[in-house]
Amino acid sequence: MENLFFKDDNDRVDGIFKVTGKAKYFAEYELPGLTYGVLVTSTVTKGKITSLDTKAAEKAPGVIAVVSHLNKPSAPLYEQEGGSPMKIFYTNQVFYNGQPIAIVVANTFERATYAASLVKATYEKEDFNTDFEKALADPKAKKLQGQPNYKRGIENAYKTADVQVEQRYVLPIETHNPMELHGIIADWKPADRVTVYAKTQGVKATQNTIANVFKIPAENIQVNSEFVGGGFGMALRTWPLEIATVMASKHIGKPVKLVITRMQMFTMVGNRPAAIQKVGLGATKEGKLTGITHTAFGESSVYENFTEGVVNMAKFMYQCDNVNTAYTIVPVDLGVPIWMRGPGEATGAFALESAIDEMAHALDMDPLDFRIMNDPETDQQRNKPFSSKNIKEAYKLGAEKIGWSNRKNKPGSLVEGPWQTGYGVSVGVFNANRGKASVKGILKADGSLVLQSATSDIGPGTGTGMTLIANKLMDIPVNKITFELGDSSLPPAPSQGGSATLSTIGSAVNDVCLSLKSTIAELAANSNMDATSNFVDVLRKNNLPSIEVTKESQAGKERDNYSMYSFSIHFVQVKVNNLTGVVKVSKIVSVGDSGKIISPKTARSQMIGGAVGGIGMALTEEAVIDHRFGRYINNNFADYHVPVHADVPQIDVIFIDKPDPIINPMGAKGMGEIALIGFSAAVANAVFNATGKRIRTLPITPDKILAG
Amino acid sequence: MINFQYLRTTSAKSAIALLLKDKRSKFIAGGTNLIDLMKRGVLAPEKLIDINHVPLKQIQQIGDKIHIGALASNSAVADHPLIKEKLPLLSMALQAGASAQLRNVATVGGNMLQKTRCGYFYDTEMPCNKRQPGTGCGAIEGFNRMHAIFGTSPQCIAVHPSDMCIALAALDALVVIANAKTERKIAFADFHRLPGDTPHLDHNLKPDELIIRVEIPVNALNKNVHYLKIRDRASYAFALVSVAAAFEMRDNKINTIRLAMGGVAHKPWRLTAAENFLKGKEANVQNFEEAAKLAMIGAKGFGENDFKLKLAPNAIIEALTLAKTKA
Ligand SMILES: Cc1cc2nc3c(=O)[nH]c(=O)nc-3n(C[C@H](O)[C@H](O)[C@H](O)COP(=O)(O)OP(=O)(O)OC[C@H]3O[C@@H](n4cnc5c(N)ncnc54)[C@H](O)[C@@H]3O)c2cc1C
Ligand code: SF4
Repeated sequence: MENLFFKDDNDRVDGIFKVTGKAKYFAEYELPGLTYGVLVTSTVTKGKITSLDTKAAEKAPGVIAVVSHLNKPSAPLYEQEGGSPMKIFYTNQVFYNGQPIAIVVANTFERATYAASLVKATYEKEDFNTDFEKALADPKAKKLQGQPNYKRGIENAYKTADVQVEQRYVLPIETHNPMELHGIIADWKPADRVTVYAKTQGVKATQNTIANVFKIPAENIQVNSEFVGGGFGMALRTWPLEIATVMASKHIGKPVKLVITRMQMFTMVGNRPAAIQKVGLGATKEGKLTGITHTAFGESSVYENFTEGVVNMAKFMYQCDNVNTAYTIVPVDLGVPIWMRGPGEATGAFALESAIDEMAHALDMDPLDFRIMNDPETDQQRNKPFSSKNIKEAYKLGAEKIGWSNRKNKPGSLVEGPWQTGYGVSVGVFNANRGKASVKGILKADGSLVLQSATSDIGPGTGTGMTLIANKLMDIPVNKITFELGDSSLPPAPSQGGSATLSTIGSAVNDVCLSLKSTIAELAANSNMDATSNFVDVLRKNNLPSIEVTKESQAGKERDNYSMYSFSIHFVQVKVNNLTGVVKVSKIVSVGDSGKIISPKTARSQMIGGAVGGIGMALTEEAVIDHRFGRYINNNFADYHVPVHADVPQIDVIFIDKPDPIINPMGAKGMGEIALIGFSAAVANAVFNATGKRIRTLPITPDKILAG
Repeated sequence: MINFQYLRTTSAKSAIALLLKDKRSKFIAGGTNLIDLMKRGVLAPEKLIDINHVPLKQIQQIGDKIHIGALASNSAVADHPLIKEKLPLLSMALQAGASAQLRNVATVGGNMLQKTRCGYFYDTEMPCNKRQPGTGCGAIEGFNRMHAIFGTSPQCIAVHPSDMCIALAALDALVVIANAKTERKIAFADFHRLPGDTPHLDHNLKPDELIIRVEIPVNALNKNVHYLKIRDRASYAFALVSVAAAFEMRDNKINTIRLAMGGVAHKPWRLTAAENFLKGKEANVQNFEEAAKLAMIGAKGFGENDFKLKLAPNAIIEALTLAKTKA
C-alpha cells in the first residue's frame, strides 16, 4: 500500500501523529484522581472584592474546593512586597474585567462549570479606563517610556524636506487565539514535588516560574509539553491562571486540570496591544530619504508593563542620515498584553511600510524602485555590516512572480466592473538571533540516533528541522533519528520565541553530531578500522551498545562585528469592490531571505501561516471592547474574524536560500516572525493602488473602504 | 450551564405534549444556537425535547407549492435538486450561511428561530432589553456596527441574523405551525416581529407551538436570481448587509420581482417600494439605482452602523446587476 505519509525526507516527523490523533496535547493526559478546575472571573473592571460567597458552590455536587484570595495556599513570592507580576488570588484587587478571582474544583468539568456559576462576588467599584486612545489624549493619564528615544542626525529632519509625508496609523487589539485553548494540568505531590502538563513555549521557563512563586527547587518540578496546539507568543509566559491551578492542586492534594474557555482566551493570555503611530518621512525630489521620524504609543496594563520593538525597523531598514524614534506605553485597565507573532515589529512595519508607500506615491515613483534606491549597504544604526542580506534579489524574484509589471503606478487604473485591482509590496525584518542551548545525542549500535533538548514545538516543526540537520551531518536516515523535546528534565534550552529555535538548538545539534562523528572516528582508528567506517560497525566492533554526548552551544564573539537580520518581502494583489467595499486578496508572493533553508516544507508552512495571519491582521482581526463596561464584545470565533480558507488565495513562497556565513554553523536565520512582519502593509498598499483609498486604521473592513 | 433533562420524541404530537407539560422546556433541533445560548447562560431550559427524530424532513412539491419540513437540514435543502432548480435563491442564501458543518445539522425551523448575534444579548453582564426587558439596550450607544437601520425602536436595534429567512421572505413563503389541537399558517412576512415595545419577542410563534414546515409557491424566479452577502470575511461570517434579488424578464421588461434585505432589521426586510418601482421597467443600472434609493427611505444609522446607509443601496444595485447577468 502506498505510504501516505513520509513521501520524502522533508515531511514532518510528527505529521502522522498529528493527523491521526496520536499526538497528545496537555489537556489529554489522564492522571489518577484527576479533578477539574473552572475559573470564576471578575465582572467589574476595577475595584475591590468586598465579599465572595462560595457556599452554594461548595455544596454543589462533586465540588472539592473553591480556592480564592480568602483561602489561598502559601506562595512565598506573593507574600513579598511589590505588585508585579500579578499575584493571583493574593489580594482582593481587581485590575481588569474578566480577571480570575477564584477557581472551583470538582470531580467533573461540567460540575465545576455549574458550581462556578454559583459563586457570587460583590465589589467596591472604582473608576476605570480601558480606552487606550482616551488615555493617550488625557494629559493626566499615566504614560511610560517604552524604549529610550533614539536619534541619529537631525531630529524631525523630515519637516524641512522637499517632499514630506506625515501620517498616523492605528492598530486595534489582536488576539493570538491558537486553536488549542490554554490551560494546564498540575499535580502537587507530597514533599513539594510538582508535575505539570503545560501548554508552553518554554518548559524550562514554566519550571522556573513555578519554582520562584512557590520557592521550591526547580528540580522538584517536572514540566511536560510535548505537543502544543499553537502559541504565537501567548505561551511565552506562565500565566496567573496556571499558578492558580498549581495552587488548587496544592490545596486539595490532587491533580487539577484547567482548560480555559474561548472567551477567556481574550482576557487571560494576553494579546497584541493596540497601537497608535506617527511616521514622518522626508525625501529629496529625486527620491532619497532624508528624514525618518517614528513615534509609537502602545497599550499596556496598569499592573504590569509591556513593551515591544515597535520602532526598531525605522532605525536601520533604509539609508537615511536623520532618524529619530520614540516609544511610549500607555497603561489601561485591561489584561496585560504579550508578544504576538512578529511582535512589535509587525505593528511598526504596518506604519513604516505604509508611509514608505505613501512617500513613493508622493514622489510618483514605483514603491519598489523607491525601496531599492534607499536600500542601505550597511546598518547605520549599529554601524556594522550586515552578516548577509539579499534583499535586492528578493525584490526582483518576487516582482517577477507576482507580475509586478502589470501594476500601474496611478491608483485606480485597473478596473473591471465594480472590481478594482491593485498591487502592493512591503518589507519585513526581524533580528536573527542565536541563544545558548544544550543538546544530548545518543548514537546507538542499532543505527539510530536520539537527540534530546528541553525546547518546544509550538507548531513550526522543531523536531523536523533538528532531524534534518542531523540527517545531513551524520548521513543517518531521518526515520532512524528521534528528536525529543518538551520535557524539562532534558538538557536546558531557551523558550521558543523570537525565531531563534532553529538557530539556537540547531547549532547545538550540529555540535553534538560533529562530536559524535569524531568519537566514532577515534574509535575506528583505535580499533584499526577504516576512517570512513559506518558507526554501527564501529560500535559493534567496540562492543558498545551506544555512545552519548551532551553539548552546550552558543555563538562566538565574531557575531558582535555584524548586524544580523532576516528579511521578507511580501507582494500582494488585491481586488476591491468599490460598491460593497469588499477586499479580496487574490495573489500572494512572499520571499524569505533568511539564510540557508534547512527544512523546506516546514519553512514554507511558516511563510504560509504568516501570510494567513497577515491577511487577518490586514482585513479582519479586531478585538472590540465596550469601554463603558470594560468588556469584550466579540470574544468568540463567530465574531472575532480570523481568515477562513475562502479568504486565502494560492500563496507562492520563494526562498533566497543562501547560507549566512556568520549566524551559526548551518547558515540558517530564523523566519517565523518575518513571515508576518510587514504583510498587513502590503495589503494596505495594494488597496491604495487599487482604489486610491489609503486606509491607515486596521483592519480594512468594507465600511472603511466605503468611507475612504 | 445548568443541569437539564434530555427527552427524545418521534412525533409532532408527543413533542408538543411534552412541551405543554413543562413550561421550562424547549425543543432542540440542530442545537447550533440553543446550546451556545445555554453555555452563555442566556437560556436555561430544564428540559430539552429532542425533535430530530420527528419525521419532518421531507422536501417535495405538492401541487403548486414546495414543502420543506421543519427538520430538514440546511444543507439538505440547499443541495436538493428540486430547490436548486426551482428555488435557486433559497439554495444560494442557505449556502451563504454559517459553515458546511453547521449547515449539516442546523434545521429550517431552528434557523428561523435563531437569536440575534448582538454581543450584548449574549453577555449576561451587559444591559439588554431583549434578554432582560427593562435593563436598557447596550447597543444603541455602544458597539452597533452589525445592527439595524430599519424598523428599530428605542428598545432594541438588533438584526435577525438568518440568510435563509431573507430568501424565504422574498419568495412569499408560508409557515405551517401546529399546537396540540390544530395547525395554522402564517405568511413568512408576518412570522418575525419588529422590536417595538416588545424586544424580547422575535416572532409570532406561541410558546406551545411547533413549526411543521414551510411552503413556497412555485414561481418563475429561477433564472435572474442572486443572493449577495456582504460580510467581514469571505465565508463563515454573518451579513453586514445581504440582498436577495430575483426577477423574471418578459419582453425586455421586469415582469415579476422580489427583493429582500438581511442584516438591516429585526426581521427579513422586504423592499416593496423598490419592487413596485422596478416592475415593468428595464433591468438597467439607472433603474436599479432609483430602486435602491426608494428602498432606503426611512433608514437610520446609530453611529457605527452608519456605513450601512451607503452599503445597503450599493448592495441592492450589485445584487440586481449580478442577477441580471445570470444566463
Ligand atoms: C458560528 C456560527 C455561524 C453562523 N453563521 C450563520 C450565517 O452566516 N447565516 C445564518 O443564517 N446562520 C448562521 N448561523 C446560525 C445557524 O444558521 C443557526 O444556528 C441554525 O440555523 C439554527 O438551527 P438549529 O436546528 O441548530 O436550531 P436549534 O439551536 O436547535 O434551535 C434554535 C431554536 O429554535 C427552536 N426550534 C428548533 N426547531 C423548532 C421547531 N421545528 N419548532 C419550534 N421551535 C423550534 C429551539 O427550541 C430553539 O429555541 C451560525 C451559527 C453559528 C454557531
Ligand atoms: S440591540 Fe436588542 S439585543 Fe442588542 S442590546 Fe439592544 S436590546 Fe439587546
